[in-house]
Amino acid sequence: MKNRIDNLFQKKEENILSIFLTAGYPNINDTLSIIKILDTTDVDLLEIGIPFSDPIADGPIIQQSSMKALNNGMTLKVLFEQLQSLRTITQLPVLLMGYLNSVMQYGVEEFYKSCHEVGIDGVILPDLPLNEFDNTHKALAEKYDIKVALIISPETATHRIKLIDLKSSGFLYLVSSNSTTGNFTAIKQNSYKHLTEITSLALKNKILIGFGIKGQQEFEEACSVANGAIMGSSFIQLLSTSSNFEKDIPEFISIIKNSKS
Amino acid sequence: MTTNNYNVNEQGYYGEYGGAYIPEILFNNVEELKNNYLEIIESDSFKKEFDELLKNYVGRPTPLYHAKNLSSQFHTNIFLKREDLNHTGAHKINNALGQILLAKRLGKKRIIAETGAGQHGVATATACALMNLECIVYMGEVDIKRQAPNVARMKMLGAKVIPATSGSKTLKDATNEAIRDWINHTETTHYIIGSVVGPHPYPDMVTRFQSVISKEMKNQLLEQVGKENPEFVIACVGGGSNAAGAFYHYLNNENVKLIGVEAAGKGIQTGHTAATLTIGKPGIIHGSKTYLMQNEDGQIIEPYSISAGLDYPGIGPIHSFLHDVKRANYMHVTDKEALEAALNLTQKEGIIPALESSHALAVLTKLNFKKTDTVVVNLSGRGDKDLTTYINYLNQNDYEK
Repeated sequence: MKNRIDNLFQKKEENILSIFLTAGYPNINDTLSIIKILDTTDVDLLEIGIPFSDPIADGPIIQQSSMKALNNGMTLKVLFEQLQSLRTITQLPVLLMGYLNSVMQYGVEEFYKSCHEVGIDGVILPDLPLNEFDNTHKALAEKYDIKVALIISPETATHRIKLIDLKSSGFLYLVSSNSTTGNFTAIKQNSYKHLTEITSLALKNKILIGFGIKGQQEFEEACSVANGAIMGSSFIQLLSTSSNFEKDIPEFISIIKNSKS
Repeated sequence: MTTNNYNVNEQGYYGEYGGAYIPEILFNNVEELKNNYLEIIESDSFKKEFDELLKNYVGRPTPLYHAKNLSSQFHTNIFLKREDLNHTGAHKINNALGQILLAKRLGKKRIIAETGAGQHGVATATACALMNLECIVYMGEVDIKRQAPNVARMKMLGAKVIPATSGSKTLKDATNEAIRDWINHTETTHYIIGSVVGPHPYPDMVTRFQSVISKEMKNQLLEQVGKENPEFVIACVGGGSNAAGAFYHYLNNENVKLIGVEAAGKGIQTGHTAATLTIGKPGIIHGSKTYLMQNEDGQIIEPYSISAGLDYPGIGPIHSFLHDVKRANYMHVTDKEALEAALNLTQKEGIIPALESSHALAVLTKLNFKKTDTVVVNLSGRGDKDLTTYINYLNQNDYEK
């Protein structure tokens, strides 16, 4: 069977919506129940965040969700146990996103192997340097058919974007502005235009825009310059306030996707 | 001259430690530093300006003081490298000034820093006042409360002190916040890291700025005892910048025993400790691969030490390497041992040391010296900031001697 991320992009190249959720948040057993609800919506892709005590690329919203998840007892081992039944509830492509120290302590090969066993399709590791990707991760990820989506920013030089594109698999994660996650003020209206310089390059990978995608308007704007967008902090915000996931999650997604589905 | 095997390699590693584990957003900033730092700090104009400031502003060279009373107590020859006599009261100013001159040459307008005890924050605020640059210091909310005088100093110097309210609200969290600030202000901002930690080239750059300590020690020992090399160099280690500076020019001289001293806190088995090399294992913290205190899942464990400057769950990658290859020996002392050592120095030599430096002094009771040995202890900072802690200890123990 082909990797689910590749399958997705083969069928669909526009208005891709990826949703990020923190594993074990708001309660330890919510990971799969939230995914189950998301599976009934028009979401295209899922990213599960591995909570880490010191997430340097994350703003306050995801930091707090990680802290709560850790206090709930979430660990990478627990997460993989929960994900044993992932493929009985959804066929959406699913990535794990986390910091390198979690992977290192779990064991790098063990990590990719476990991803493969539970049906994870890709990973995003924001603090993985390219040299370490080349030396260690690339071969292991390929061995277990796990895509490694690499990250570029608006300030990444063109030659480096091309280099990262060559190494990246699944898709390219384009950070909307130089900011931590959930910094909604860093993005001014209609400010995705400058990203067309990047998204119009002849690149091998599809591009998803992430960081600071607050709502329907930002999603639409991001989709006008790239293949789709990733929403994390605003979805976490919803989870932190909602008392009825079955009702609120589908509503949230349908507002984002609006006439776009 | 032998070649130095203990230096960072071109990829930014000391053995397997170091590197640059940073989000792509910081790539340009770190790359700019990496590509320029050596050329800038080795240029004549930089050296001239830096050396002049160290001499006339900081007050270098700091004295190497033959502590005769301490020497007779331990039946050997003990010298104190008086970094406590630097302007602002610790070795931190050496690095802050070096980095601010570098930041100016890179055209940065805004300076950020993290601080634990406040010594690096004060040093950075001082350098920014001198160079007329905007200064923002991140400090854990807990540390802001326990180091009030240094917070007042920073504010008086014109710095904005922002409390870090995440995690344990101490140095590690202040460092996280500073990195997040940097991610959000890459173009304008230089981050002055206060220790030999962080992504390459910071560990090497900070080591070089602090290496003036061992450079002076060599000259001063030659003058005072007729030889450049002592038998022992002893320094405390949190992140490890004063130790890296005190060890640097002796790394290739294997006859010089290098002793780093970590904070054991209430004891290494108590769960209230900051002895990273003793209870930690390799991982990634603040952009660098190094030993760190963590649980099985890789979550970073909150450190504890009575000394806010040693209260850090990681350690500079150079020390992880020197530890593994056994070029340096890392010991640890408890809060109580450090307090006793501070009182001992105060009463024997009339010098009130910082709590951090007291950890280095405390191993004098644990090592075996020959009568003919020359022992240098790096007295990295002065104890003014720790007076409340000392006074409380004195009152509790009804101390009289």
